[in-house]
Amino acid sequence: MKFSRKTLGIPYAVFLVLFVAAPLLVLFYYAFTNGQGQFTVQNLTDFFTDPNTLGTLFYSLLIAAATTALCLLLAYPAAYILATSRLKAKSVIIMIFVMPMWINFSLRITALKEILTVIEGNLAFYPFLNSVIGMTYDFLPFMILPIYNTIVRLDGSLIEAAKDLGANDRQAFFRVTLPLSVPGIVSGVSMVFLPAMTNYVVLDMLYNNTYIMGSLIGSYFSAYNWHGGSMIALVLLGIICLFTLLTGGMETEDARTGGALL
Amino acid sequence: MGNNGNIIELKHITKVYEDGFAAVSDFNLEVKRGEFVTFLGPSGCGKTTTLRMIAGFDLPTEGDILLNGKDISQLPPNMRPINTVFQRYALFPHMNIFENIAFGLKQKKMPKDEIRRKVRKVLELVDLEGFEHRSVSTLSGGQQQRVAIARALVNEPEILLLDEPLGALDLKMRKEMQLELKAMHDELGITFIYVTHDQEEALTMSDKIVVMSEGKIQQIGTPEDIYNEPANAFVADFIGESNIFNGIMTGPMKARFAGGEFVCVDDVPEGTQITAVVRPEDIVLTGPERGQIRGRVISVIFKGIHYEITVESGRYEVVIQSTKSAKVGDQVGMEVEPDGIHIMIAEDHTNVFNVDMNRNHRLEFNGTELNTSLTQLIRGSHRNENHELLDENGEVIDPEKVRVTAAIEPQDIRMTDDTDDENVLIEGTISNLIYKGDHYSYVINTELGQDFIVDDEYLWNMGDLVGLIIPIDKMRFTLKK
Repeated sequence: MKFSRKTLGIPYAVFLVLFVAAPLLVLFYYAFTNGQGQFTVQNLTDFFTDPNTLGTLFYSLLIAAATTALCLLLAYPAAYILATSRLKAKSVIIMIFVMPMWINFSLRITALKEILTVIEGNLAFYPFLNSVIGMTYDFLPFMILPIYNTIVRLDGSLIEAAKDLGANDRQAFFRVTLPLSVPGIVSGVSMVFLPAMTNYVVLDMLYNNTYIMGSLIGSYFSAYNWHGGSMIALVLLGIICLFTLLTGGMETEDARTGGALL
Repeated sequence: MGNNGNIIELKHITKVYEDGFAAVSDFNLEVKRGEFVTFLGPSGCGKTTTLRMIAGFDLPTEGDILLNGKDISQLPPNMRPINTVFQRYALFPHMNIFENIAFGLKQKKMPKDEIRRKVRKVLELVDLEGFEHRSVSTLSGGQQQRVAIARALVNEPEILLLDEPLGALDLKMRKEMQLELKAMHDELGITFIYVTHDQEEALTMSDKIVVMSEGKIQQIGTPEDIYNEPANAFVADFIGESNIFNGIMTGPMKARFAGGEFVCVDDVPEGTQITAVVRPEDIVLTGPERGQIRGRVISVIFKGIHYEITVESGRYEVVIQSTKSAKVGDQVGMEVEPDGIHIMIAEDHTNVFNVDMNRNHRLEFNGTELNTSLTQLIRGSHRNENHELLDENGEVIDPEKVRVTAAIEPQDIRMTDDTDDENVLIEGTISNLIYKGDHYSYVINTELGQDFIVDDEYLWNMGDLVGLIIPIDKMRFTLKK
């Protein structure tokens, strides 16, 4: 029996229809209907008039931005040092950064919770800070890896060329290394920023009573308000699309340098 | 400046890497202002490392680099008035052509309109007028190369370093760029130091060629010198096609090699062991009854401007370039004019290596006991009932204090690819081979760091791992004081 391209593609097509296209259609359906199954834009107007949802959106953006900034601040120097050092144990050190990803998520966060409780006394005192710490801890590897991969693939002769043309170490870094590691930064940012807006499990586990978009959607669905919940999910989807479009200019560059992602 | 017109001098430059590998050893060179100097050699010969030390990317472990008489060997690259054209161009992909070329000028904080003027001028020089706003990725390899040259030249360096700049271009483009670079050099009067492994490129472009092998200079000279008067078998083999034979001087300006008697122009004392180099184009095919040597044609290849004819003569294979063809199987004579023969005094190829005395008072090399009599080697010594070695005064000899060297001729060593063979004394990889007419001369790098020269009639490959069978009865031992 011969497999043509078409027959080989069938499982993927089935997967896409069942788990991507169909759920999206269902999401659209619920977002634009009311309890009686009639078409409505009420859910959309609700979203943008309800101070609760808007406040949560703003708060989520704030947490996501802070998390991303903190991740970037920690990850770039680490990735840069790892990628440019001549350490023999380099792969071991990278593994140490990545290893938390292999440990069960809830176990990790529970451990973090205990540590933070010891330091802060009561987790409820600093909800914003704890959210950012928890998420940074969770997402840091996703920032380090793409940046590391971009820097490690940088042609060393480019930095030599910069120095040859009169740049000192610092100038060579700011004029060559940093601009050329932007694709890795963009990859890292998009892998941290968007999940950070919705990953409310971290907050839940840290006994955090603050709401982010993920927790909001969860609360709508547990209250059987599928229509409102779907609309929030849809708006988030729109934000994600917008974000991807904005950073899309970098995507081609990224693909050209061989893909910064993992 | 008054330092005999030398713009740069390299004095006893040595580069040893952390792992102990000596990339360059005792490199000495003087370059005159405005010269076109080429470092030529096979890959791994240290030519690029030397260039990188001049640029400042690598620092020499020993020695001085004098620029206009001042030592710059420890200066970082950005402090040297030297610019480099990189092998893979190394253009900045996030900048357009203008920004790439202006990089060095901006670094010097030059006024904007002056930068613009200089960039335009240098783009004219490399024939890329109007390319300022193109991005790097839209340029062909040849154009990128020109930008790389422009980016270096715009800084008006005292010395321009070029690291195999034409390596990535196709043949036609390479030939064109060779001529253009040469013209640029003549026009600008800047000193060029050029690295290549392409002997033809080196011969075409250079005022002076530095032939390198295994981190050492083999010969420095003009292209004519290097080609006509190679200093050793390596240079002869590397530059152009050559027939290389071992031989002996049989009289004044008379040599015997390749099974024939030849008159030559080099005055070397009678009885001296020699290496004779004969260029394929210097051998004339004649009738079988004439010529100094005779043989049978075994292959004829048409090469465009000439035929390459291989003749088997006794144990030797002789390669000839001739505009006249021959037929395979023909019996031919071969004639060489005296000035077509280059005689070099044969280097001593005897392998000498240290052997140790172990605790059992036996000689040992690379963990193998050598079954040879020490009592004969150390005069007056004898063994006691415990097989310990005693000196003439009856004292037990301290193995640490005995130093013995062993010598073995290249033709007495055998190579095997079965490195587990119990007769194998040491293993190593083939790092060099030269065809010597009736056999190959190999250099074997062993794990001890010692090189062995081995003669073998069969062809092995570069990089082959081989075991060396060194017969103990052929070794000559010498006691060192």
